[in-house]
Amino acid sequence: MSIDLSQFHQVFFEESFEGLDVMESQLLDLTPESVDAEAVNTIFRAAHSIKGGAGTFGFMQISDFTHVVETLLDEIRSAKRPMLRMYVDLFLQSVDCLRAMLSSLQAGDTPDGERPALLKTEFEKILAGDDSAAPVSTDSTVAEAEDVSGGAGWRIHFHPGQDILQTGNEPFRMFRELQELVGEDSLTVIPDTSAVPEISSLNPELCYLNWVLEVRKDIDKETLASVFEWVEDDCDIRYEALSSATEDADAATETDVAAETPDTDQPAAIPEAVAAAVNAAAAVSASQAKKSPAKNSEPSSIRVSIDKVDSLINMVGELVITQSMLGQLGQEFDMSRLARLQEGLSQLEHNTRELQESVMKIRMMPISFAFSRFPRLVRDLGSQLGKDVNLVMLGENTELDKTVMEKIGDPLVHLVRNSMDHGLETTEKRIAAGKAAQGKITLNAFHQGGNIVIEVKDDGAGLNEEKILSKARERKLVPENTELSAEEIHQLIFLPGFSTSDSVSDISGRGVGMDVVRRNINELNGTIEVQSRRGEGSTFVIRLPLTLAILDGQLVRVKNETYIFPLVSIVESIQLQKRSLNHITGSQFVMKLRDEYIPIVRLDNLFGLRRKEEEAENPMLVVVEGDNEKIGIVVDDLLGQQQVVIKSLEQNYQRVHGISGATILGDGTVALIIDISGIGKTVEPSKTTPGSEQAA
Amino acid sequence: MASILAVDDSASMRQMVSFTLRGAGHEVQEASDGVEALRLANDKKYDLVLSDVNMPNMNGIELVKELRALADYKFVPVLMLTTESAGDMKMQGKQAGATGWIVKPFNPDQLLSTIKRVLG
Repeated sequence: MSIDLSQFHQVFFEESFEGLDVMESQLLDLTPESVDAEAVNTIFRAAHSIKGGAGTFGFMQISDFTHVVETLLDEIRSAKRPMLRMYVDLFLQSVDCLRAMLSSLQAGDTPDGERPALLKTEFEKILAGDDSAAPVSTDSTVAEAEDVSGGAGWRIHFHPGQDILQTGNEPFRMFRELQELVGEDSLTVIPDTSAVPEISSLNPELCYLNWVLEVRKDIDKETLASVFEWVEDDCDIRYEALSSATEDADAATETDVAAETPDTDQPAAIPEAVAAAVNAAAAVSASQAKKSPAKNSEPSSIRVSIDKVDSLINMVGELVITQSMLGQLGQEFDMSRLARLQEGLSQLEHNTRELQESVMKIRMMPISFAFSRFPRLVRDLGSQLGKDVNLVMLGENTELDKTVMEKIGDPLVHLVRNSMDHGLETTEKRIAAGKAAQGKITLNAFHQGGNIVIEVKDDGAGLNEEKILSKARERKLVPENTELSAEEIHQLIFLPGFSTSDSVSDISGRGVGMDVVRRNINELNGTIEVQSRRGEGSTFVIRLPLTLAILDGQLVRVKNETYIFPLVSIVESIQLQKRSLNHITGSQFVMKLRDEYIPIVRLDNLFGLRRKEEEAENPMLVVVEGDNEKIGIVVDDLLGQQQVVIKSLEQNYQRVHGISGATILGDGTVALIIDISGIGKTVEPSKTTPGSEQAA
Repeated sequence: MASILAVDDSASMRQMVSFTLRGAGHEVQEASDGVEALRLANDKKYDLVLSDVNMPNMNGIELVKELRALADYKFVPVLMLTTESAGDMKMQGKQAGATGWIVKPFNPDQLLSTIKRVLG
């Protein structure tokens, strides 16, 4: 029978990646001077599981490579070797290497063999150094080579240890195994009861019987011995070759019989069940095979704790009860039952809300998934930059939507790199400034309102306002002779084309600036700001919605249509003063709002809404900010604020410029959600430069 | 068919083992470490226990010792899933009271033919 093992591959990859993460974090925590035995054990176990799984599922490259890693770990674990820093580095490299190999296997490619080969040689060198525990003598059972074949058969004297039963070994089962091996008629079992004591002194849990087993078949001794493999150390087993010619004829015929009926005495149910299973497995793999060429990326899956699933099932159960209650009510409804109907409906609302919350929770994962890469990153970067950095991570259990988590990873990496490279001073400068020699970076995550807040904080030099301002002036990002407050200067670092680093280093400042970080975060409907104090350090504060599936929206009316603005993008809403509008080229209007000129967008023009009536009495102007640009959007009325469930327009219709999605309102109508940065792009950028004089 | 307790901290191994055994008509209960296995074993008597050696919380060797101390499990076969590199693990397992072992990596056929030796 063959079971298609590929159905377990995905789980194997997932748990291997998890195992590697565990190895990595434990290795990073390890101090070679005082090795925590449990930590080494945990690392060993992870490597061991990966090796075992890889061997089972046929990834020989992985299991070969993990084998040397495991061997060294085992020697350290059993105190044959001390843990050295060199080993830690080597193990960390192996973790990277394994991760790369697994990723390419997961993508269906053949992993690159060069790096593992190099690392493997390193390990082998170490292991060869004083290899006392070198390959254990292969197998003791092969020892006696003279009589491997019994010719006519074997007589086996089997004297089991008295406590054989207490290890769960049953002589009866071994004889049955032997019988299956050689055929029913080729085996004679002769018990020897001479050692059985008087009934009064008999211990029913001990085995007093000995046996003589006669096998009349030409068979390898080794094959026979495999039956007793588990007990050979506790039992006295002697093999005696039979060579009597009288039994030859017998044996020959019986071998034939045995050969014809190798497995027929197995219950028929087994092959059938197995066949069914194999078919099922084949069907699964066939359908997988059909799907796989279309999409090379791995199917993204999510691990959900049983508790969450249970509460969900519970919730659905409640919903079904409410539904049947309402159904019954509906069949025989009269006005006297109105109160019960209302009660049922409020029950339904309650159920639905709870269900929604539970479903959202499924997508929630602790932010430690995004944080876990940083200890390694900070360690590596620290040694590269020659800075001693202590990373502190707080609020790692704060939960966040999986999609948001995936997209916040890169911006966070950039911020941490930035803090290490630009934020923290060199050790000499720190000591000169009277600070602790070791720099400190703090990652902190917590919930605030409906948002998650992530802080990246360093205790470095803080932002250099003069330098930023002069750089910004140099790049014409701010006009000459404008006075900016410290906070305003800090915000300049998020402008496109801004980078204060004098030299482009390998760590940060490779063309990807803070503007990209900000844009990525804005795309998630989030915001980023920076707080900084000279000499004390900087803190970047990222605020993100908990989920991308639900949005806090401001409903607005334009003509007869309802649109939704993401609440987070709204700066303010004001009455539109016709006379403060300035007309510039074409149909573009700008308005002077305090010291800024902001472009004005009319949604009715943009979306081609037909004018049913003249201008609304008191149009409102909603000032929104997207991509660092403020724009004013004219709306007829502000309606309520509410949470809306985002439906993809692309999946249901097609992509529409200026619209990020749609939702269904309580009355069943569809409302479109405005894509603020998309709208901003319809406005010519030259008109939006602050202080541009042409508006007059 | 037999009821089998499969103990392994690796989910993929557990899935492979239980899929194979269920395919052969057995009833399988999974446990992810010795502590969980022991709790399950206390609730019900299984016909066979298959256990990994290296596991967090309680490893396979300790599990066998604990099981053998239970009246219900005095004679129940317990097979260890070990790797070839762990030569002395076999001995340790035996001393703790394990019935036998299956050497990893093994394929479904090997698994089924091995457990047949200790069932019924």
